[in-house]
Amino acid sequence: MNLIELNQVSISHVQGSERNTVVHDVSLTVKAGECFGLVGPSGCGKSTLLWALAGLNPNWSGSINMLGQPLTAGKVFSGDLRRRVQMVFQDPYASLHPKHRLRRALSEPLKLLGYQDIDDRLSEGFKQVGLAENMIDRYPHQLSGGQRQRVAIIRALLLEPKLLLLDEPTSALDMSVQAEILNLLNDLKEKRDLTMVMVSHDPEVVDYMCDHAVTMKAGRIDTEKFYN
Amino acid sequence: MTNNSSLVRVKNLKIGLEDGTELVKGINFSMGHERVALVGESGSGKSLTARSLMGLLPGSLLVQANQFELLGETVLSYSQRQWNKLRGKQVAMVLQDPKYALNPTQNIGRQVAESLVLHQSLAKKIRIEKVEYMLDAVGLPNPAQLCKMYPHQLSGGMGQRVMLAMALINDPQFLIADEPTSALDHAVRDQVLELISSLVEERNMGLLLISHDLQQVADHCERVLVMYQGQLIDQLAASELSNASHPYTKTLWSCRPNIDKRGEALPILDRKQIASLTGGAVR
Repeated sequence: MNLIELNQVSISHVQGSERNTVVHDVSLTVKAGECFGLVGPSGCGKSTLLWALAGLNPNWSGSINMLGQPLTAGKVFSGDLRRRVQMVFQDPYASLHPKHRLRRALSEPLKLLGYQDIDDRLSEGFKQVGLAENMIDRYPHQLSGGQRQRVAIIRALLLEPKLLLLDEPTSALDMSVQAEILNLLNDLKEKRDLTMVMVSHDPEVVDYMCDHAVTMKAGRIDTEKFYN
Repeated sequence: MTNNSSLVRVKNLKIGLEDGTELVKGINFSMGHERVALVGESGSGKSLTARSLMGLLPGSLLVQANQFELLGETVLSYSQRQWNKLRGKQVAMVLQDPKYALNPTQNIGRQVAESLVLHQSLAKKIRIEKVEYMLDAVGLPNPAQLCKMYPHQLSGGMGQRVMLAMALINDPQFLIADEPTSALDHAVRDQVLELISSLVEERNMGLLLISHDLQQVADHCERVLVMYQGQLIDQLAASELSNASHPYTKTLWSCRPNIDKRGEALPILDRKQIASLTGGAVR
């Protein structure tokens, strides 16, 4: 089953009356259970593409089909899609609210969706990513970079997504911590039957992680590669 | 002057907070006119050690050492004025991210010339010539035009080259590069490292290269110092890295992902084992 289908998609950044098209005529498919890699130098449009897939940039044209549901250009995500697609951002220092303890930051979406057993889910999440449960009452600044990235992964997984979007999840981390996070992602992918789309500028990370990858260049797909 | 162990000599260097927490726990090392990598995870004290060699630690940190020599001088008790004479002239530093390290309000020419103005009295014409020569030496095109540009107009790789030009313009004897490539794109990293190590070799300088990526620096250095939680736990020649015996060095060496490791877990640190090892080594 194809989880994502893009057909002739162009994506622009709109600022006021200016429109700057960054991604041109991209067509690709991502199968369920796959780890899909987007590689390329900075400025090639890989993150822009990922942001559009996360529903954070509605300024696209062409056709996008996600989780079997066609998207409408110009509209933000609605319904189930908002839970089933989750994202982990590049900079673990900027992606957690500095003045909220982890418990508050992580339980917010769960409260919104009316879950009852929030504390159990949180402690289950902490166990899954290998963090001590007593860290839950800490502030983000009391964690190291690798621990924060784990928390960002918990946050994404709490809503039981089908698709996990990863925007350079390890490029702000040390080499040894990167190994731990990559192992964790591989582990989760297997256990939870996740599909992942991963953006990286490090071809070695993509070679190691992905089943299917495209290299982008100046907003277009340059090469496509399948790993067996 | 080319005596081979005269650049830095540090014995039992301790850097700590006022409440007694030790961040760097008594390390010993010395280096001459050679290229040395200082490797470790974030929080291991490698940047603190490097900054102490530049006299750039904040006043709230206490530095103690039995011996702390830089270019043959005991610099532990140097005043700011004495440091100012040394910094940028004989010892220079390249920082991690050119986006933050360069002054956004001054053009490149002025920033590169600043340490010339501070340390040498040259005629303006000669100064400009020197700046342009230096920008050319670090591989930047059109130096005259570049001098009028501002940092936000440069890419990360170019900014890092500008920073290198600033550091080398007074022909220092010793260069400290604090994660010079971490903020750069993967493709540019090797170029910048290559440039640093070739310039350093050309000028017969000493280089202390700080990094968390052991494989990447190994090609550009002769010797590697490995730090973990404030201790210097391993020292070895770069050529010996593939058969390192210390478990921490081994893991750092092999934890980089690549296509051959697909499907198997990457080696990660066994922190308990290392803690017991280093605990044993110190006491």
